Amino acid sequence: MANKMGRILVCPPDYFGIEYEINPWMRVSDATDPDTSKAQWHNLARVLEENVGVKLERMTPIKGLPDLVFTANAGVLHDGKAVISRFRHPERQGEEKHFERWFREHGYQVILLNRDCYFEGAGDLLGFPDTWFGGYRQRSDIKSYNALGDIYGKEILPLELVSEQFYHLDTCFCPLSGGELLYYPEAFDNYAQTTIAHRVEEHRRLVVPQAEAERFACNAICVDRHVVLPSGCPETMAMLQDRGYTPHPIDLDQFLKSGGSAKCLTLALD
Amino acid sequence: MTMATESVTLEGHIIDSLILAKVLDTILQMGGTFDMKEMKVGATREDSSLTKIKVQANSPQLLDEILQAIQPHGAVVDQIADCTIAPAPKEGVLPDSFYATSHLPTQVRVKDQWLDVEAIEMDLAIRISGDPPKAHTVPMAEVKTGDMIVTGRSGVRVFPLERPKERDVFAFMEAQVSSERPHQHIITDVAKRMRMIRDNRHKALTQGEAACDPELGTKVLLVGGPAIVHAGGRDALSWLIDEGFIHLLFCGNALAAHDMEASMYGTSLGYGLCAGRTVPHGHEHHLRTINMVRSAGSIKHAVESGLIKNGIMASCIHQNVDMVLAGSIRDDGPLPDVITDSVQAQGAMRAALPGVGLAIMIATTLHAIATGNCLPAKVPTVCVDINPAVPTKLSDRGSFQAVGLVMDSSSFLRQLAQELSWHG
Repeated sequence: MANKMGRILVCPPDYFGIEYEINPWMRVSDATDPDTSKAQWHNLARVLEENVGVKLERMTPIKGLPDLVFTANAGVLHDGKAVISRFRHPERQGEEKHFERWFREHGYQVILLNRDCYFEGAGDLLGFPDTWFGGYRQRSDIKSYNALGDIYGKEILPLELVSEQFYHLDTCFCPLSGGELLYYPEAFDNYAQTTIAHRVEEHRRLVVPQAEAERFACNAICVDRHVVLPSGCPETMAMLQDRGYTPHPIDLDQFLKSGGSAKCLTLALD
Repeated sequence: MTMATESVTLEGHIIDSLILAKVLDTILQMGGTFDMKEMKVGATREDSSLTKIKVQANSPQLLDEILQAIQPHGAVVDQIADCTIAPAPKEGVLPDSFYATSHLPTQVRVKDQWLDVEAIEMDLAIRISGDPPKAHTVPMAEVKTGDMIVTGRSGVRVFPLERPKERDVFAFMEAQVSSERPHQHIITDVAKRMRMIRDNRHKALTQGEAACDPELGTKVLLVGGPAIVHAGGRDALSWLIDEGFIHLLFCGNALAAHDMEASMYGTSLGYGLCAGRTVPHGHEHHLRTINMVRSAGSIKHAVESGLIKNGIMASCIHQNVDMVLAGSIRDDGPLPDVITDSVQAQGAMRAALPGVGLAIMIATTLHAIATGNCLPAKVPTVCVDINPAVPTKLSDRGSFQAVGLVMDSSSFLRQLAQELSWHG
């Protein structure tokens, strides 16, 4: 999943902006600056292509779908099978058909979940090669993980997200390629924290401090030993360096206003 | 009050993720309880597990709150169909496949809600009526054309009896009948319950219904046969009535006739109750008694006019004890109060039963079984007869909750009254 990024799906921010409020970060009154947003996004794309060495696949932006930039929520991909997201909020449901078309046109086997079950793609489903984790309660329904476990033949451990600020799993939980986990425990209930502790040994758990968690330090992209993360997270960067990773801090403040950062803007393709 | 319950299924990787633990903890923390009905654990990490959980709460509101709290964690309420209903085809006739009740607490599902069946008793049908809908038992003879009657078995559930709160002889609910078992502890427990019900009734009458314990009941029902009079239990029973321990009496023509014969002639079926031998023309006494009461118009008039001075009937009238006298085919007279239409008599018994918290059946087979058929299983019942076949038969006819006591009716009543401080 997340740590095998040969190719990454992105969507340029031509129509990005804050047109509605569906998470506590979004304020229509706190408008983003289109030029700055574009500059930040292109900087991210450049670092990914030039410093990290991945190939970017660019989707065509659609007017009226400002959050299409957050391709992490397109769906989830594994073994050539793409399960398309079912967004909880009507504001984002219009994105589903565009993601579906892109996957069909690029040769993926597309699988659609039942309408009665919300699932927000790789924003909520992350993991290590053996065990996947599914965030639930804020956006995705726990029931979606039963279907996904069957589709992919994987163990998926649901984790309850208890903070509206950290509404997707990828806002507070980032598995790294070496088996470490970058995460912010307070975003989870006690049962989820215990589950994480059972599955990831203590010396592999890198706990992000609150101030940096709130800058979305966990919304990072890990490819091999490279970690692309939002700027302004020095303690997180130090932890990563200590474990032998190369951090690439990028200013993505315009996207944080919308409740997203580096990881949200990307989807690993396999 | 029946426990509110609902069955839910929880599926997925629920064990290592602690989702199962969380759901069970949530149920308990909110004041509910659960039964794990089924558990399939995935054989490998990739395999999911499945469990079925029966969630219980002491009110439908609490159950709803618990279900709402556990649904986001994946607990899915098992879909249960509503009960099926069909209209009664004509007066006094039920639809072919009508559901026949037991006397255990029962619920039916209507419009996705479980409803308690009101006035549960055995061998009746269930009628659904009103908006919001209610479920009430209905005897075959009382059904009206077009009444909506529950049919089949889906959407109907029956609950095993909960043990009464009191740890007394009724808590065991076993109808083992033997003349060789000690009686005293049973009589002590019956007496204790009678005191509690009398106190509870006093509270209800003086402080209002809200002040009393509805589970305990506010009435003691006595179902009696004429052997009470023949055997010499009349004084003790009259005392129990005078002291306010009995609030409802079911009997036939004979008990009332011989009791009043004793008042007028000092005999019971012609035998001198004191002398213990037949008196001249004694066999006519009960007929003459019945005739005079008929002339008075009713037992009440006979007592109030001074014709009947003492005994069970007199005490009942003085204490305003409700009486239902059900007739039978061999009755002499009968007395004017006797209801000779057996369907009407059944209806009158049924109407008097709400609030009964203890039923004492003494020396009567037919009235005991008839009453047993009308009583919910939760009403503590004691059946006293010198013939072990009577409590056994009562139990075999479905009243499994009845405690059987093989002893003479007079001995029982005297011991019971003495337990309640009678000095007769």
